[in-house]
Amino acid sequence: MTSDTASKTVRPPRPEGGDPGDRSRPRPSATPLAALTARLDLRIVTLLGVLAALAVVGVVTRPEQFFTTDNLVLILTQSSIIGVVTVGMTFVMIGGGIDLSVGAIVALATVWATTVATQQYGLFGVAFTAVVVALVCGLINGLLVSYGRMVPFIATLAMLASARGMALQISGGTTQVVDIPALLELGYRESYVLGIPPLVLIFGAVTAIGWLVLNRTTFGRRAFAVGGNPEAARLAGIRIERTRLALYLISGLCCGIAAFMLIVLTGSGQNTNGNLYELDAIAAAIIGGTLLSGGRGTIVGSVLGVLIFTTITNIFALNNLQTDVQQIARGIIIVAAVLIQRRTARGKA
Amino acid sequence: MLENVSGSARPARRGFLLGAAALGAGGMLSACTSNELPQSTSAGAAPAANASSTPGKHVTIGFAGPLADHGWLNAINVNATERAASYEDVTFETTEGSNDTAQQIGQVETLINKQVDVLIILPADGKALTQVGLRAMEAGIPVINLDRIFDSPQAYRTWIGGDNYGMGLNAGRYIGEQLKDKPEATVVELAGLDNLELTQQRTRGFDDALKNYPNIRKVARQAADFTVESGQAKMAQLLQAVPRFDAIWNHDDDQGIGAERAIAQAGRDEFFMVGGAGSLHAMEAIQADNTVLKATVLYPPTMAASAVDLARALGQGTGVSGLAEHEIPTSLALYSAVVSKENVADYIATGFV
Repeated sequence: MTSDTASKTVRPPRPEGGDPGDRSRPRPSATPLAALTARLDLRIVTLLGVLAALAVVGVVTRPEQFFTTDNLVLILTQSSIIGVVTVGMTFVMIGGGIDLSVGAIVALATVWATTVATQQYGLFGVAFTAVVVALVCGLINGLLVSYGRMVPFIATLAMLASARGMALQISGGTTQVVDIPALLELGYRESYVLGIPPLVLIFGAVTAIGWLVLNRTTFGRRAFAVGGNPEAARLAGIRIERTRLALYLISGLCCGIAAFMLIVLTGSGQNTNGNLYELDAIAAAIIGGTLLSGGRGTIVGSVLGVLIFTTITNIFALNNLQTDVQQIARGIIIVAAVLIQRRTARGKA
Repeated sequence: MLENVSGSARPARRGFLLGAAALGAGGMLSACTSNELPQSTSAGAAPAANASSTPGKHVTIGFAGPLADHGWLNAINVNATERAASYEDVTFETTEGSNDTAQQIGQVETLINKQVDVLIILPADGKALTQVGLRAMEAGIPVINLDRIFDSPQAYRTWIGGDNYGMGLNAGRYIGEQLKDKPEATVVELAGLDNLELTQQRTRGFDDALKNYPNIRKVARQAADFTVESGQAKMAQLLQAVPRFDAIWNHDDDQGIGAERAIAQAGRDEFFMVGGAGSLHAMEAIQADNTVLKATVLYPPTMAASAVDLARALGQGTGVSGLAEHEIPTSLALYSAVVSKENVADYIATGFV
C-alpha cells in the first residue's frame, strides 16, 4: 500500500494548478540519450526483462519452434485483438474508471456485424456495423458513469449483462459463419504486408494512436488528471464528465475494432466471443503498471502486459501443457509481476 | 455406466417410490381440487400400446433446458420444442434456458409447483441438480434426465443422452483405420472444455481406441472452450507446436469453425480432421470434400426430440414402439455414428445450425 501511494505522490501525472495544456512533461533533458533514459520508465524495462526471460524459456524448451518467424507472427496475431481492447481499457483505467463490459461489447458487435442482412453489405458493412454498435455501447457506458453518476463497476456490469443477452438474442444461439472472401482473405498469408498480418498492423496502429492521444494531447493530460484527483481536476477547470464520457467512447471504439478483427480471425460471429476479455485486459493493464485507482498507466506497459500473457500461452501450448496447469501459472505470474513492479517502483521512488 | 452400478435392489425401490409419489400426488390433487388427471405410470396399469402420433391422453411436459449459447445446445432446445409442437395432445412448458445451477433449480421448482405431468431436465450440472430431480420424483413427477446425468438414479425415471466415451472411441477407430498402414503415424487432439466430465470421457475413449493401433502415437492435446474463438486460438497453437501430423480429432464442430480458419490461415493440409457433434456446417464440408475435414462423430441433438417422445409415453402410460417391454427403459445412450463422405447424405438432415 505504502509504495503505491508513495509512488503516486512522487510522480504526479500533472502538477497541481498547472495549465491542462502544459507541455512541460516529460522534462527536457540535455542530451538525447539522457532524454531517452529519463523517459524510459523502470517498469517498462522490467516488463521487457520479463518478456526476454520468457523468450529464453521458449527457446530452451522448444528450440526448433519458438524463434521461428511463423511463431513470432502467431504470438503477435494472438495478442492483437485483446491488445486493442487493452489499449481502450488503459484509457478508462487511467481516468479512474473500469470497463467490465468490453468482452460483451465485442460479442454483441461481432454478432450484430455478422448477422446484419446476412452480410450482404460486404467487408465495409461488417466493419462499419461492428464499430457503430460498440461505439453506442461505449456511449451508454460513458453517459451512465459521467452524467448518470453511476459507479463504473455497476454501470459497465449492467452493460456486460445486457450486451451478452442481446448478443444471444441477435444470433439466436447459432454461430454466424461469414462468407465474404475479401474479409476472410485478410487472415491469410497473401494479405501480409512485409510479412506482417493486417491484424497486427491494426494493433500497431491502435497502439501508436493511443500513445499519441494519451501522451501528446491535452485530452490525454486531462485523462490523467481526472483519474489522479478528480476534485483537483475540476478545480483546474477540466470538465470531468466530458472527459470520462470520451474515455468510455474510446474503450467502445477499441471494442468495435477488436470485434472486426475477431471476425477476420475466426470467420464468424458467436455470442460467446470476447469471453473474459474484461479480465484479460484488466490483468494486462495492471501488469503493465496501470493503477486500478486511476491516474497512472502507460500504453506501452499495457501492450507489453498483453505480449507477456500471449507468450506464456504460446510456450505452454508448444510444450503441450494442459489447461489446468496453464491457469494456475497465469495466476502465479499475475501476482509475481505485480510484486516485482511494486519493488521496482519503490526502488525508483 | 454410472446408472447400472447401483445393483438390483433399485427397481423395487423405484417402484415403491413411484407408488408413494403417486399416492402423495393424489392426496395433493384432491386437497387443492386441481383439475389435472391423476397419473397412471405404475407397472401393468396401462395397456402396452406403443407411443405413436395418434392423439392420446393430454400430457403437460415441463422442460428445463440449457442456455442456448452454443450451436448444439440451441439445437437441443429447437429439437425439443418442435417435437412437442408436433403432438396435439402435449402442452409444453419451457423455462428460460440457463447455465446457472441456482437459477435452474428455481426453474425446476417452478415447474414442480405448476404440477406438470412429466419433467425433462438437461441440467447445467448433473451433480448439482440431483436434489431437485429427487424432489420432482418425490412429488410424483417422472423426470427424464437429458444428457448430463444426475448423481443418483433415484432422481430420474429415465436417462437419455449421448455416449461421450463412445464418441471418442469411434473417432479413434475411424482415424486408426485410416492410418493403420502408415508407420509411425502421429495424431493430435483438440479437446473441448476441460472442466466438463464429458471432455475427459471423450478423451479416454479416443485414447483407448488408439491403443489398438500401435503404429499411431498421440503427440499433442490442447483443450479449447467449445467456442469458435477458442477453437481458432488453440488450433493455431497446435499447428505451431506440431510441424507435421497425420490426423486430428476435434471434439466439437462449433469450435471446429475456428479450427478450420486457423488451418486455412496456416496453409496446412498434410493431415485430415475428424470433427465431433455433427453440425450442418461440418456435414456440408464433408460432402463438398474440399477441406481437411473428412468425417465427424455424431452426438445427436435429436436426443431432445426423443426425450419428448419418452415423456409423452410416460405421461400416457404407454410403451415405446419396437420394444417388447411394457415400460420405458431406464436409460438410453445414443450411438455416436461416424459420418464421412460415404454416408453423409443419410445424416445431413440431422445437422444442426
